[in-house]
Amino acid sequence: MDYALQTRNLAKNFGGFTATNNVSLNVEAGARHALIGPNGAGKTTLINLLTGFLEPTAGHVILQGEDVTRLGQHQRVKRGLARTFQINRLFADLTVLESVTMAVNERLGLGARFWKPVGAHGQAVEEAVALLDSLRLLDVAHEKTRSLAYGKQRLIEIALALAMKPRVLLLDEPAAGVPTTESRELFESIAALPRDVTILLIEHDMDLVFRFADRISVLVGGALLTHGTPEVIANDPKVREVYLGEAICA
Amino acid sequence: MSLATFDLTPLRRADRWHPAELAFWLLPVAAYLVFPDNLVLLTQIAITALFCLSLDLILGYAGIVSLGHAAFFGFGAYAAGLLAANGIGDPLAGLAVAALASAALGFVTSFLVLRGSDLTRLMVTLGIAMMLYEVANKLTDLTGGVDGLQGIEMTPLLGRFTFDLYGKTAYWYAVAVLFLLFWAARKLVHSPFGLSLKGIRLNVARMPAIGAPVNARLSAIYTIGAAYAGIAGALLAQTTQFVALDVLSFNRSAELMLILVLGGSGSLYGAVIGAIVFMSAHHVLSDMNPEYWQFWLGALLVVVVLFARDGVMGGLRRLSHAAGGLRKGAR
Amino acid sequence: MTVLFDGVASGMLLFLISVGLSVTLGLMNFVNLAHGAFAMVGGYLCVLLLNRVGVPFLAALPLAAGLTALVGVVLERTLYRRLYTATHLDQVLFSIGLVFMSIAAAQFLFGAQQQPLTLPDFLRGQISLPGLDMGAYRLFLILLSLVIAFGLQRLVGGTRFGAELRASVDNPRAARGVGINVERVFTLTFALGTALAGLGGALGVEMLGLDPGFPVKYIVYFLIVVAVGGSGNITGSLVASLILGVLDVAGKYYVPQIGAFVIYAVMVVMLIFRPQGLFGRRAAR
Repeated sequence: MDYALQTRNLAKNFGGFTATNNVSLNVEAGARHALIGPNGAGKTTLINLLTGFLEPTAGHVILQGEDVTRLGQHQRVKRGLARTFQINRLFADLTVLESVTMAVNERLGLGARFWKPVGAHGQAVEEAVALLDSLRLLDVAHEKTRSLAYGKQRLIEIALALAMKPRVLLLDEPAAGVPTTESRELFESIAALPRDVTILLIEHDMDLVFRFADRISVLVGGALLTHGTPEVIANDPKVREVYLGEAICA
Repeated sequence: MSLATFDLTPLRRADRWHPAELAFWLLPVAAYLVFPDNLVLLTQIAITALFCLSLDLILGYAGIVSLGHAAFFGFGAYAAGLLAANGIGDPLAGLAVAALASAALGFVTSFLVLRGSDLTRLMVTLGIAMMLYEVANKLTDLTGGVDGLQGIEMTPLLGRFTFDLYGKTAYWYAVAVLFLLFWAARKLVHSPFGLSLKGIRLNVARMPAIGAPVNARLSAIYTIGAAYAGIAGALLAQTTQFVALDVLSFNRSAELMLILVLGGSGSLYGAVIGAIVFMSAHHVLSDMNPEYWQFWLGALLVVVVLFARDGVMGGLRRLSHAAGGLRKGAR
Repeated sequence: MTVLFDGVASGMLLFLISVGLSVTLGLMNFVNLAHGAFAMVGGYLCVLLLNRVGVPFLAALPLAAGLTALVGVVLERTLYRRLYTATHLDQVLFSIGLVFMSIAAAQFLFGAQQQPLTLPDFLRGQISLPGLDMGAYRLFLILLSLVIAFGLQRLVGGTRFGAELRASVDNPRAARGVGINVERVFTLTFALGTALAGLGGALGVEMLGLDPGFPVKYIVYFLIVVAVGGSGNITGSLVASLILGVLDVAGKYYVPQIGAFVIYAVMVVMLIFRPQGLFGRRAAR
C-alpha cells in the first residue's frame, strides 16, 4: 500500500499532560481522509506535529516515505505538505492576487528575488491567476483581503495552501465559522480538487465528513481509537459511544 | 470574470513611477536654488533621510522594532572616519567600507535580535547600541572618546570634486547617494523579496506554511538596513570631517523612530518627508531655545502616537482619498 | 566587605525604583520607558520640600512619593490608559515622548546642575564594625527597602487587591464580569508603581545624583532589573537588583576601564538565553 503521510508512535507531552499518545496514523495516497474526535481530543496538536509547528516528544512523521520528523515547517512545505488554519491566517493588507502570488513565488523559489518587480515574474503571476480562477476568486483578485466576506477569506486560506502544489493537504476545519449557505459552495471547491492530492480533513460537521471522506480516523484523548471506512465508523459502537452519540443526540 | 478578460494592470503597474514622485525628486534641486546658504543643513537632511530609510526597511516593511539603530549609523561613521583619518580619504571607498562593516555587524547581531518578542527585540537592540557606545567611549586612543574623532581628510570625490567650504560637493554627494539608495530600496520593496517582507509583518505565523524561510529573510533585510545606516553614518563623518560620540547615542535611535513615525512608516517616502519636516523644525525651533525644542519634540511624539499614528504619509493618503471622493461625487 | 555593603545598598535603591516598572510591565503589560522620569519627579520634589519649604527629610520622603503618585494618576487617567491595548512599539514611542518632555521641563525649572541635598545628622555618620564601614544612610536605605519589599510581596500575593490585580491582568473582561473595577485597579497599581519610583528617586538623590538627564541615564538599569528578574516578579526584581548593584559597584571599583559595558552585555545575554528572566514564572510561549 502506498502511503502519502504516516506517523509512527507519535507522542507529545506538555509538562505532565499527554496531548498526543502513541499515534500511528496511515493516510493512503489519494485518500480523502477525515480526522474526527470530540473537543480536546488533540486534533490540532496532531496537525501541528504533522506540519512541524511542534516537535514531538517521541515518534516519527513520514511524508511520502521520507522521515521528516526533524525538518522545520517550511522544509516540509517544500516536500509537498501544505495546510490551512482553523482560524484565518491571512495577509489583511495585501490584495488576494498579491497574497497568492507571494505563495507561488515561495514554491518556485523566487521569494528572495529582490530586483525585478513582482509583476515581472510572469510564470508566478500566471499561475496565481489560474489558481484564483479555479476557485472562482478572480473577480476579487485586486481587493484587499480584509475587505472580503468571511466565506471568501476561507477560500483564500485554501488558495494559499494550493499554491504550494501540495501532494498532501491538511484542512483544519475549513468550514469553521462559515454560514451554511456558503459552506456548501466551499466544499464543492474542496471536492473538486484533483484526486492526486491527498487530503486529511479535520471537521466537526458530521454531514460534511460522511459526504466527503472515504476513510475516517477517530481520535480520543490524544490516542487513535479506531479507523475505517465511513460505514464501519458509523456503525462502530465505541465511536457512537464517545463521539457520534453526542452529535446525533444534539 | 474569466481568465481571458482578467486585467493584470494593477499588479503589473504597482512599481511604476508616479508623476508626484518625479516632482518630489526635483525638490533637492529646488532647495539648492532657494536656500544656497543652508547647504550644510540640507546635507544633514539628506543624511538623516537615508538613515531613516534604513529603519523604514526593517521596521516599516519587515516589522522589526529597534531602539538601537544608531549602532549601525555610528559603526559606519567610525569605520569611514577611521579610514579617512588613517590616510585613505577616498569618499566612495569610505562608503564601501562603512557599508560592509555595518552590514557585517547587522548580520551577526540579526541572530540575537530575531529571536524573541517585540519587547525583547527593543531591549536587545537597545543593549547592543549601548554596548557599542561604551566601547567607543572607552577606546579613546582609537575613537577620541567624548572629544570625538578628528583628523578626517577627504580626497576629491571621483578624483575631481573637492569638498568645498560652502558644502556644494557635500550636498550633491549626499543627495546622489540618497537617491541611488532610495531607488534601490524602491526596487527591493516591489520585488518578490519585498512582498515576502510585508507578508512577514502582516502575518508571521503564516509564512512558514507557505514555505518561506522567515528568519533568513529577516536576517537579510536587517543586514541590508544596517548597511544603509552605515552608509548614512559614513556620509556624516565624511561631510562634517568629524565623528562625535553621540552618533551611537540612545537619543539618536529614539529620534530616528520619531522621524519615521512622524513621516509615516512603510512607504519609503515617509522616511524622507519625516526627515525634512523634523530637521527643518529642529533648525527653526532650536534657534529659539534648545530646551523648548526637546520639550516640543516629546510632546509631538505623544500626540503622534495618540492621534496620528500613520504620520504625514497617512495624512496625505487620507487627503487624496477625500479628494478622490469629492471628484467622484462631482461626476 | 565595604564594597559588598555599598553594592547591596545601591542594589536596594535600584530595587525601589525598578519594582514599579516591573509591576507595570509585568502585570499591566505596559512598556513604560518614562518610569525614570517619575523617579526624577520624586527626586526634585524631595529637594524642593527640603530646601525651599523646610520639611524634615523623613516627612519629605512620603510626601514626595505621594505627590509623584498623584502626577502618575493624572497621567494614567488622561494618557496612559488610552494605550493599554496598543502595541509595545507605540507604548515605547509614547513614553520616550514623555521622557523628552520631562527632561526639558526639569532643565527649564531647575537648570542643568546637580541638585544639593542635605541629609539630617542622624543619617550622616558611619557605623564601624571590624572590617566593615557602614554608612548610616545606606543602612537606612537597606532596612527601608526590605520592609517595602516584604510589604509589596504581601500586598500582591496575599490581599484581595492583589488577587483583583492578577485577575484584571489575566482576563479583564472576566474580571469586569465578576464585579472588579478593572480601571480602578489599574489606576491604583500605576499609582503604586509611580509612588515607589518617586520614593526611590527621592532616596536616590544622595547616591545617584539628580539632574535633568536622570530618566535616560538610568533607564537601562531599570530595564535590566526587569529583564533579569522576570517582569512582574517582586522577589526576582529584588534579587536582580542586588546582583546588579553589587556587580556595578564592584565593577566601578575594581575595573573602572570597562565601565558600564558589562552591565549591558549581561542584559543582552540574559534576554537571549532566558527571555522570561532568571526567575520567570512561566516559560516562553
